[in-house]
Amino acid sequence: MVELSLDVPSDLAYVGQAVELIACQCETGILSPRRLQFNLRVALAEALANAIRYGNGLDPAKLVRVRVEVASDAVRLHVADEGRGFDPQATPDPTTPDNVMREDGRGLFVMRHLVDQVTFNDRGNVVCLTLRAG
Amino acid sequence: MAFTLTKQSTGVVLVTVDGQLIVGNRQELKQKVLDALDGGSRKFVIDFSKAGYIDSSGLGVLVSLSKKIREPGGDLRLAGLNEDLQTLFELTKLDTLFTITTTPAEALAAF
Repeated sequence: MVELSLDVPSDLAYVGQAVELIACQCETGILSPRRLQFNLRVALAEALANAIRYGNGLDPAKLVRVRVEVASDAVRLHVADEGRGFDPQATPDPTTPDNVMREDGRGLFVMRHLVDQVTFNDRGNVVCLTLRAG
Repeated sequence: MAFTLTKQSTGVVLVTVDGQLIVGNRQELKQKVLDALDGGSRKFVIDFSKAGYIDSSGLGVLVSLSKKIREPGGDLRLAGLNEDLQTLFELTKLDTLFTITTTPAEALAAF
């Protein structure tokens, strides 16, 4: 199993670079090129942006810690912020007629549709994205 | 990654997205389109044929721009979405908000 860690500053400008750096380390053939190109990148970008913006509140003194596990059966991305956490069940459905015109509120919804499993710790400040092999 | 705006002879502005449209660069796209809107342009086509991926912040900026462009009677249309991007628009139901064509040429011709 390949395992790596990365600390990302709480600045949204780093999201793209961090995603590319991590995605390149996941080019082991576990995931199809298409899922690596799209699903992993978009879901990871969402997790990082949420951690930086809502978790760490864009505080430059705080870091987002990413731990990546590339196993034979799956890729798991653990994204941890230094915030107080949140209740992931309390996020509204962004596809209702009232919400579809909103500019925000789609991150978690998109994440859940693009990876096989999204889990949070009890506090709600660490998310684990699992993409199974294939 | 870059956003290129080209005004056609018909007055339609073709916006080409080369690379990602994500949280880190969405403001650049927003400002360029708003500058063109302030300059009098009202019809916009965003071409994603060369785009990599779009995150929810990128989707959000498209919603924002669509609302601002429609205020003075304009329209923002999208083109060139690959299968993954098309699916992203469908699952978020944003395909109901935008006119989406297969190619930018179709979008330009339909304006």
